Amino acid sequence: MMEESRVWKFGDDIDTDQIIASQYLILPKIEDMKKYVFESIDPNFAKKVRMNDVIIAGENFGCGSSREQAPSTLKALGVGAVIAPSFARIFYRNAINIGLPVVLCDSIQNDVNQGDVICIDIEDGIIFANGKEYKCTRLPEHMQKIIKKGGLIAFLNSGEGKL
Amino acid sequence: MSMTMGEKIIASAAGVKHVNPGEIHIVQLDKIMTNDATTHLTLDMYNHKLKYPRISDSSKVVFIIDHNFPADSPETAAAHRKMRLFANENNITIYEGKGICHQLMIENHVNSGELIIGADSHTCSYGALGAFGTGVGCTDFLYGMVTGTTWLMVPETIRFYLTGELHEGIYARDLMLTIIGDIGANGCNYKIMEFVGEGIEKMSVAERIVLANLAVEAGAKTALMEVDNKVTDFLAEHGRKPRQEFKSDAGARYAAEYYYNLSDIKSVVARPDHIDDVIPTNELSEIKIDQAFIGSCNNGRIEDLRVAASILKDHKVAPHVRLIISPASNDVYLQALQEGIISILNEAGAMIVNSNCSVCWGGCQGVLYANEVLISTGTRNFRGRAGHPDSKIYLGSAATVAASAIKGKIISETMFR
Repeated sequence: MMEESRVWKFGDDIDTDQIIASQYLILPKIEDMKKYVFESIDPNFAKKVRMNDVIIAGENFGCGSSREQAPSTLKALGVGAVIAPSFARIFYRNAINIGLPVVLCDSIQNDVNQGDVICIDIEDGIIFANGKEYKCTRLPEHMQKIIKKGGLIAFLNSGEGKL
Repeated sequence: MSMTMGEKIIASAAGVKHVNPGEIHIVQLDKIMTNDATTHLTLDMYNHKLKYPRISDSSKVVFIIDHNFPADSPETAAAHRKMRLFANENNITIYEGKGICHQLMIENHVNSGELIIGADSHTCSYGALGAFGTGVGCTDFLYGMVTGTTWLMVPETIRFYLTGELHEGIYARDLMLTIIGDIGANGCNYKIMEFVGEGIEKMSVAERIVLANLAVEAGAKTALMEVDNKVTDFLAEHGRKPRQEFKSDAGARYAAEYYYNLSDIKSVVARPDHIDDVIPTNELSEIKIDQAFIGSCNNGRIEDLRVAASILKDHKVAPHVRLIISPASNDVYLQALQEGIISILNEAGAMIVNSNCSVCWGGCQGVLYANEVLISTGTRNFRGRAGHPDSKIYLGSAATVAASAIKGKIISETMFR
């Protein structure tokens, strides 16, 4: 059974500095950084977000720096997936590498509100929200393999480094 | 079949004859770079998460401490120490406080035709030397360091055909901000930006680096330019010969083509908080500034410092303005000293700081308070990038920053003169 997820909505061009600001990147662990996620947009986000909540954002989510702390802190806070019509490429790749599902979907943004509850079938790329089904772009096979292993490190440890 | 130069570099690194956009290939990496913004996490993964920790070829790996240097807290010092010890134990080249990672890579390591990943988004700068550089996160860096390879999806290429020449007082920074303003902050998402034409041929290597460096601000995976005499001379000055020169075939496929006549380009600035919110500097209403910054991997080179000095000579920075200047590397700093530039900047009231990411990164130097306004040659003007979320960052050329620092408000070099 798919778990239900509560929605957090964000706009276009949410950059990695807004997800986690530069001054926190040098802290020793991801756990030390996670309380500062989205500090400039909503200083209480880290307190309010719950396990398996999802982010539904606009175009170009995660643009800017290559800081992997951006997807890692979201994952550490329990964010179950990020859904957007487009992602900045480094964020997208980092999210897959650390095992944070990223879902390309351009039809759902106007139909759901903050706090709505939705279900996501990551494997088949389908979102269920407010009685409707939304088809999403499926990940290429190589990226699916990495996600299924639980991220790039697990993929590397499994010895599956070759295509 | 015809390929673009980007496709050719990927095909060569993948050991195949031909690649198509959308295909995923495993490629051999020529260089692998990381800096102190994330390496402490990478090394934790290396030490605690890997089943078989090893380094494929330490001679290809470069560590650079540039983001929070000198250390500003015990946490930062600990992160630096971790990098230093690991590099020394594993025979990895490490630079500490010698300059910004991309400037040091371009001065000392990058060669044409190479495929390089860096754990920093502005790794795309290396396209100015005909190398395919692309930014990755620390897990990708780790995978690259361990295996010597990475997976790449072949991107489509977008060609920018440049004709004409920039007018005096107009710079590569103005051109690239104009392009990003036109195509948008995701206008080249997942794409290669290829720059061709007589306009690019006339530009110096430094100007080309400015274009390539900002490609990621349009979402691009990398930027590429062909190797010519200027690149060959640059490499020779730094003790290297071009490794391999790739050129796009006549029949290569492009996802889009754009044409720019450089004589149409004006002085522009990007307004807060989006780099694609671009406006001619002369059309800006009066914007009073609190701080001005010249530096970063985009505009901290000797060419930028010369321009700044030519404007600041015999002038003073406005009393309410802090002008911070960070030469992009030690070599740039030394050159500026020898040319008398540092004295001119100092006499004008600028504060010259060590070579590091400085104000552009907002981590530890020249951080802004609420509602303060910065005019900067940095790479980004995201909300809160240079400190308080309610501070404002305008981006412009070194000339615009220098002129603005004197006037205390944003002004173009032409208006100033």
